[in-house]
Amino acid sequence: MGNILSLTTFIPMLGAVILALFLRGDDVAAQTNAKWVALVTTVVTFICSIFILANFDPANTGFQMVESRPWLLGLQYKMGVDGISILFVMLTTFLMPLVIAACWNVTTRVKEYMIAFLVLETLMLGVFLALDLVLFYLFFEAGLIPMFLIIGIWGGKNRIYASFKFFLYTFLGSVLMLVAMVAMFADAGTTDIPTLMTHSFGTENFSVLGIQIVGGMQTLLWLAFFASFAVKLPMWPVHTWLPDAHVQAPTAGSVVLASIMLKMGGYGLLRFSLPMFPVGSEVMGPLVLWMSAIAIVYTSFVALVQEDMKKLIAYSSVAHMGYVTMGIFAVNQQGIDGAIFQMISHGFIAGALFLCVGVIYDRMHTREIDAYGGLVNRMPAYALIFMFFTMANVGLPGTSGFVGEFLTLVGIFQVNTWVAVVATSGVILSASYALWLYRRVVLGDLIKESLKTIKDMSGREKLIFAPLVAMTLILGVYPALVLDIIGPSVTALVGNYDTALATFDAATQFASQ
Amino acid sequence: METIILFAPLVGAILCGFGWKVFGEKAAQWTATGLLFVSAFLSWIVFLTFDGTTENIQILRWIESGTLSADWAIRMDRLTAIMLIVITTVSALVHLYSFGYMAHDHNFKESESYRPRFFAYLSFFTFAMLMLVTADNLVQMFFGWEGVGLASYLLIGFYFRKPSANAAAIKAFVVNRVGDFGFALGIFALYLVTDSIRFEDIFAAMPGLQDHTITFLWADWNTLNLIAVLLFIGAMGKSAQLFLHTWLPDAMEGPTPVSALIHAATMVTAGVFLICRMSPLMEYAPQATAFIVFIGATTAFFAATVGLVQNDIKRVIAYSTCSQLGYMFVAAGLGVYSVAMFHLLTHAFFKAMLFLGAGSVIHAMHHEQDMRNYGGLRHKIPKTFWMMMIGTLAITGVGIPLLYVGFPIGFAGFVSKDAIIESAYAGTAGGYAFWMLVIAALMTSFYSWRLMFMTFYGTPRGDAHTHDNAHESPNSMLVPLYVLAIGAVFSGMVWYGAFFGSNDKVGKFFGVPYAAAEAAAEGDHGKLHYNLVGAPGEGAIHNSPDNHVLNDAHAVPVWVKLSPFVAMLAGLALAYQMYIRRPDLPGKLARQQAPLYNFLLNKWYFDELYHFIFVKPALALGRFLWKQGDSRLIDGGINGLAMGIIPFFTRLAGRAQSGYVFTYALAMVLGIAALLTWVTLTGGAN
Repeated sequence: MGNILSLTTFIPMLGAVILALFLRGDDVAAQTNAKWVALVTTVVTFICSIFILANFDPANTGFQMVESRPWLLGLQYKMGVDGISILFVMLTTFLMPLVIAACWNVTTRVKEYMIAFLVLETLMLGVFLALDLVLFYLFFEAGLIPMFLIIGIWGGKNRIYASFKFFLYTFLGSVLMLVAMVAMFADAGTTDIPTLMTHSFGTENFSVLGIQIVGGMQTLLWLAFFASFAVKLPMWPVHTWLPDAHVQAPTAGSVVLASIMLKMGGYGLLRFSLPMFPVGSEVMGPLVLWMSAIAIVYTSFVALVQEDMKKLIAYSSVAHMGYVTMGIFAVNQQGIDGAIFQMISHGFIAGALFLCVGVIYDRMHTREIDAYGGLVNRMPAYALIFMFFTMANVGLPGTSGFVGEFLTLVGIFQVNTWVAVVATSGVILSASYALWLYRRVVLGDLIKESLKTIKDMSGREKLIFAPLVAMTLILGVYPALVLDIIGPSVTALVGNYDTALATFDAATQFASQ
Repeated sequence: METIILFAPLVGAILCGFGWKVFGEKAAQWTATGLLFVSAFLSWIVFLTFDGTTENIQILRWIESGTLSADWAIRMDRLTAIMLIVITTVSALVHLYSFGYMAHDHNFKESESYRPRFFAYLSFFTFAMLMLVTADNLVQMFFGWEGVGLASYLLIGFYFRKPSANAAAIKAFVVNRVGDFGFALGIFALYLVTDSIRFEDIFAAMPGLQDHTITFLWADWNTLNLIAVLLFIGAMGKSAQLFLHTWLPDAMEGPTPVSALIHAATMVTAGVFLICRMSPLMEYAPQATAFIVFIGATTAFFAATVGLVQNDIKRVIAYSTCSQLGYMFVAAGLGVYSVAMFHLLTHAFFKAMLFLGAGSVIHAMHHEQDMRNYGGLRHKIPKTFWMMMIGTLAITGVGIPLLYVGFPIGFAGFVSKDAIIESAYAGTAGGYAFWMLVIAALMTSFYSWRLMFMTFYGTPRGDAHTHDNAHESPNSMLVPLYVLAIGAVFSGMVWYGAFFGSNDKVGKFFGVPYAAAEAAAEGDHGKLHYNLVGAPGEGAIHNSPDNHVLNDAHAVPVWVKLSPFVAMLAGLALAYQMYIRRPDLPGKLARQQAPLYNFLLNKWYFDELYHFIFVKPALALGRFLWKQGDSRLIDGGINGLAMGIIPFFTRLAGRAQSGYVFTYALAMVLGIAALLTWVTLTGGAN
């Protein structure tokens, strides 16, 4: 099993190729076949990924199961997995079958839809597994194209505007990241990520256009990468593409976007920004912390007044990603453990919440909060599941939502109490908007004529939610499942970061004497 | 055994909530109730056989990250044991009571199965509450803390069709979250300074941190005072203390058994429990505890004033609860934790009883809750009447003052409330807290008797048909009242020595080592005095070497010991005068003193104030950030930028007309091409 990583990554692509080449026609039978092929493919991918997990040794903080072979033009094709990335891989493979199952009702261009998701899965897995800059960049940017198509073709009425925004934001970030990658290659002479992680990039201060750049080249590189990751996450104030994209995206698209694609940004910060540019991180860290704190409060307030369910949940997602960036740039064990945990947990919870919206959107074709009310009268199972994930979303202890929030806050409190206090106030706001949403949609008497015949969740729908409920609960009660795997790698990451900073401090002190 | 006590309610909740479709509604309800009785029975065994030695039982690993480590575990000590019997006993009785109370509910259609859901919530609540009190670390406690919050939210909003119930449920959860915000910050700060969140480690570290300072926000603070205040903010939320009390009266929207269990006997006392549990911290945080005493005393006073004029029977009792919780906080803040726990225990019995009694009245009166429509009910529902009478005698503190036969003679409230008032005198040298509590005692007596007189005496008012059909409640509702009555009568006398005896008895009960005080001979009839001398964490509570409040409380002047009794009589006389002899007086007085009356009737206008300074601005800010911040500033800025850039790029891309996807893909490909060129030109990756 020397190439298990590549195998896992490219199985979905293989499924997509099979669909593209061998599936003909657009009748109901063909559509069903397309769905089944996609479902089987994603399930097989998941099974393969279990082998990765089984072979993974948490105590080893280096890259494992590394595959490396020459590729085009003297470049390296290099894949590998470590404690930071493995759970993102698992999250992706775990969620994709559910995503496919969630679009079982789609009837337009089913084959293409399935292909888009399968290709997307390959590209997302590639992002988390690539150990070469160019390879990473390819996966990272290419992943946007299927997502783009998913929103653009199967999306809502206003999809052009959403795509437009999406494009602008990501484009700017990508260009900067590309420039930075070129600069890195020029400096280190390699695109190999593990090597780059041990390379120290220049830190001499210099000035550009009269502005003194503290931390020199590292800070500039850090900024360039940050531009891309911050858009992806998204961080305040470059978050405004997300609510629009979510609103226009079909349910399954929203799930992938919220649960997996946002995490690429957080993963990028952990894979590149912290280990490769520790001085840059240290210089810019306080800024990120404040942006995170503002994000949490700002977007929570905005969520409070939303009239569209999906927009509300999208804003809530931005707030939750605020905890992630805050935890990462606290740069201590609890902060980063919490950030990773929060990303995994958010994958389940936000995904489930978007699915919850999808369930009633499928029935009523509206996301207006005001169009609902009193659903519990006819949809008790739905009410229960929605309640569960609402509580998980507000970070109720015992659900996975709590662990991440709690750990990131513990982490940040040791670094900056102002940020900690502002961020902690998010727990009040999140309860407000989430419970108010729930009340307006689910509780109350059922008086709206249009809702009088609405049906409760079908067996298929319940089946999709079951694994999400299970994971949210299991990780909430026994988070060691995650923390044991990421712990040693995070310790190593924090250790290297501190060592690099100590070296830097010693050097600057020496220089100033 | 502790593990069974802890998990039986959870199993009950799951079986009842999910299993009722399989084995039927009735069976489901009996399963939950039966398991609760098992739990209660075992709790009493544990309580009675407990020897005071702290015990830790590990169940499962939970959160572990670096040095932060919190397990699912049980810490068994006297505090836990007391809470176990309070929670499981009241809960079991409330389960039983609910069979009768929830049998028919006009909020639901006959065909709807709301009962299993109700029982499942009750059992789940009990589980969360038990987790809270058995926690051996702050995070597990926080789990229980928020868990009971969830249960409270679900049960307050149980009548989900009623907008008022839904609003009250959200209010309860959000206001509690404000408290939790403080609690959480307290946990973070404790971890920062002690590197642990386990009680054992925290307690051991406390004396050493006495003069430690910490930078928090804009200033340096004394660490322990800061942490104590933060934790107390959590306690204020859960225990409905002044400023964070607004949710409790509204919580009466829930079914009455819920009010009895959650909003009288158990959940709202969690704050008091927290302060007692953290006694090793509180002992070294003098400013913080002074603040606790102040808030507690003020709440006792404030809530009592509001209770004077409320007309909804449940709201009167709710404000009474709020006020009594203030008493407990005064005791806890003064460092007599055993006394705080004493009142917590007795209050649980008589207040649960009053609530269940009120429920019985409401049940009899077809869900009429306005006391102005009651009157003369003592003949209609005599059993309920006598039970309510016992509850009233207990809460107003009826007993024989100054008589001591190894313990004082009186109802439970008499013994424990006097203990607090005497401690308040001793601890504050007859200061603010003492006077507030005495005045509150007078008002307690007034509103309690007012409730009795308006409900059971005089002539029937309101709907005649309802009065004619008023009927005594079934046995399933009366038996719990009888059981609680035993507690309301005897619990004070039985446990007087254990909670408010001399320090050697208290020390023995709580498992804390004690020693004879050095200055024993000082006056005081040469009686030997003891001090608690356990190290922090040794036994259930901790006293610092200079905490002598308990000893001093026994030596207060006679007039102090008499003061609550006199206050009680005055309140009774006043109520008798106004509601029995001159029923026209209250109305006249209300008209004469209209501003004051309205001020009290509207609960000091806290709700209006909060709506004006928190709710409305929050929504306005949200709208502003959304429309102005997101739409105008950020999007506007980016659109503006885009209008400049995009045409530029599209021109570059020539005649590429196929939209942004294409442009994007092209840009990316160009980028990669550039990178690859660079790589090849400089000789590849090697």
